[in-house]
Amino acid sequence: MALAESEDAPLFAPSKKVYPQSVSGPFRRAKWLILVLCLGIYYLLPFLRWDRGPNLPNQAVLADIANNRFYFFFIEIWPQEVYYFTGLLILAAFVLFLMNAVAGRVWCGYLCPQTVWTDLFLAVERAFEGDRRERMKRDEGPWTADKLARKTGKHLVWLVIAWWTGGAWVLYFADAPTLVRELATFTAPLSAYVWIGILTFTTYALAGIMREQVCTFMCPWPRIQAALTDDDALNVTYRYDRGDPRVSVKQATRLRAANEPAGDCIDCFQCVAVCPTGIDIRDGSQMDCIQCGLCIDACDTVMLKINRPAGLIAYDTDDNVKRRIAGQKPVYRLIRARTLIYTALIGLVGGAMIYQLATRSTAGISVLHERTPLFVTLSDGSIRNAYTIRLLNKRPDSRPFALTVAGLPGIRVETVGTQATADLRPIITVDPDSSREIRALVTVPAGIPLDKSQTITFTASDLFAGEVVTARDHFIAP
Amino acid sequence: MNKHHDPASEFDAATGQSTTGHEWDGIRELNTPLPRWWLGIFYATIIWSVGYWVIYPAWPLLTDATRGVIGYASRQEIEDDLVVMRKDRAALASGLAEASLEQIKADPALFRIATAQGKAAFGDNCAACHGVGGSGAKGYPNLNDDEWLWGGSLAAIQTTLQHGIRVAGNNDTRVSQMPAFGRDGMLKRDEISAVANHVRELAGLSTAPKADLALGRKLFADNCAACHGPAGKGNQELGAPNLTDAISLYGMDLASLTETITNSRNGVMPAWGQRLDPTTIKALTVYVHSLGGGQ
Repeated sequence: MALAESEDAPLFAPSKKVYPQSVSGPFRRAKWLILVLCLGIYYLLPFLRWDRGPNLPNQAVLADIANNRFYFFFIEIWPQEVYYFTGLLILAAFVLFLMNAVAGRVWCGYLCPQTVWTDLFLAVERAFEGDRRERMKRDEGPWTADKLARKTGKHLVWLVIAWWTGGAWVLYFADAPTLVRELATFTAPLSAYVWIGILTFTTYALAGIMREQVCTFMCPWPRIQAALTDDDALNVTYRYDRGDPRVSVKQATRLRAANEPAGDCIDCFQCVAVCPTGIDIRDGSQMDCIQCGLCIDACDTVMLKINRPAGLIAYDTDDNVKRRIAGQKPVYRLIRARTLIYTALIGLVGGAMIYQLATRSTAGISVLHERTPLFVTLSDGSIRNAYTIRLLNKRPDSRPFALTVAGLPGIRVETVGTQATADLRPIITVDPDSSREIRALVTVPAGIPLDKSQTITFTASDLFAGEVVTARDHFIAP
Repeated sequence: MNKHHDPASEFDAATGQSTTGHEWDGIRELNTPLPRWWLGIFYATIIWSVGYWVIYPAWPLLTDATRGVIGYASRQEIEDDLVVMRKDRAALASGLAEASLEQIKADPALFRIATAQGKAAFGDNCAACHGVGGSGAKGYPNLNDDEWLWGGSLAAIQTTLQHGIRVAGNNDTRVSQMPAFGRDGMLKRDEISAVANHVRELAGLSTAPKADLALGRKLFADNCAACHGPAGKGNQELGAPNLTDAISLYGMDLASLTETITNSRNGVMPAWGQRLDPTTIKALTVYVHSLGGGQ
């Protein structure tokens, strides 16, 4: 019975150690290039300087948690603008969807941090313990001084890389050169050491020990991408129309001479040996495949040796395999509803963010109506409301703002503890890159017919730069 | 698969797993033990907790609790924090203590400290009568408006705060002495009614149809004008309110006016100089002045 059979299986398969073999080829080169690029940016970016003027950090990318600022080159983000990060996340999701629609799980194979660091750790492993066969042989053999030395060396270098990874992370949260000096002299904040410790541990564990298990068991993306992918997406595909039936080289020569069918696949298992997740791509597209293309490099090398055309394993679609069997021409449609919609959405979100960035003001005003009391009757019968006004100055120089209020006849505003212009507009000077809270008293003269509540508009204008910001609130009357 | 159980007697044929030997209504429980690492962490937390009990205060006793061997108490951390806070605030407070009221008003940094400290002190001491934002109530002045019984300058506010209103035994306290014209038999009931109507006339309010305004005018001139002025404009030297403006402390309707003239109103405020230190009084003065009515 099928049910009983499936229940007979153990609850989970014991993990078998994967010994990826080294391989060379265009995809491997692409991976090295991306690895150097990504890690180079990650490790060195905190040291890039960006002059923002006096009293402001000169680090190009800095999350200044203590002062509630995020600096990204020319962009300075205040806490109330975190929606930029929401936009970035939405953008990232759409880019991921588009990548998936174009070339399947290609993010996993080339750009995912898990892949990049695992690749680096595997390179270290190879340097200490040799390639696949040598590693397998040594692991099966008894413990010797040589084996111990190689393993210890490997783990030490792994730990150094992991520690450096955690160290680079904290540099994004403080001035990098200063923090490096503090870390070296053990005077850095405790939180820096704690975060380095956490990230050292996770990097070492995820990239060194868990490796492909993260991709197959921990990561949700393979499940999600299975729902997102379609028949037209490029996937690393074994072209069984060309490869099967699998026979040896000698037998293939014989069969072809006799004009009998013989596949190009010679069952050399090179594609399996190089696979970082330890799968057999010839079983078809599967969840564990991270689409890194190393099996393509391996297979093409073999094809070259046995004088067969390359591309037995290639980025292709299952549909095309069927088309070739049916004698049709393979097609790849890059432009289709899915890719067009994702591209349009990326354009939309990206455009909205760029527009928002380009037009965002360097000043801000927020108004809070005071509640105790809601209004005051003055001795001459005029009605006054009090407001707490917060003016924002995001520029690196001090700016004077003139405050006006409009919306009711005869309405006027005065502020407590400030000067005023010749025409009695209060002048509020806000320090560089900061905000200032001020109490404003808004009065409507007696005799103006008033509802219980009416909308009024506050306007703050930069006296020199001319920038104008407004806010609306209510004027409360008896 | 568990080696501790005899597979022959406690073996589940359907799954190939051993069972725990427990059975309920014919249902047997499969032996699926927790992962070793999970159990390891569980036992480690138990061992950890024992150490915790010994080192830190942990066990409640009848009237006390175990102290722990290192003598740790969160009280100490609070006290350490308080020392740091007092040190930080001392610098700010000394700035306030040394500066004059006018200097505080002119210096944005001192002004910010004074209003913040004043607001807190106001909430603790003044809000019970004057309301959280100084909005006042009937009989308790609204501190946001521009009507002041004793003056709204910084100095006048400070004096009022320091010495209070009608505080027994304080020579500098503010005292206004409006007689209880009705209770003390100085005016008769119809005379009081006439004065009340005249006061409404002064304030530009409607008067009762049968009111003897001429009598009221005469009685006002004889009895009230000395303090409130002939036109009822009041006098801050004497704490006599302006009767002609749009604000009143006890109400301008006939019933309230009659009550005021009959029994007088003698509001009282404590002399805060007896309870609060001079710096706090200063901060309160600046805060009240900043509410919007300061002169």
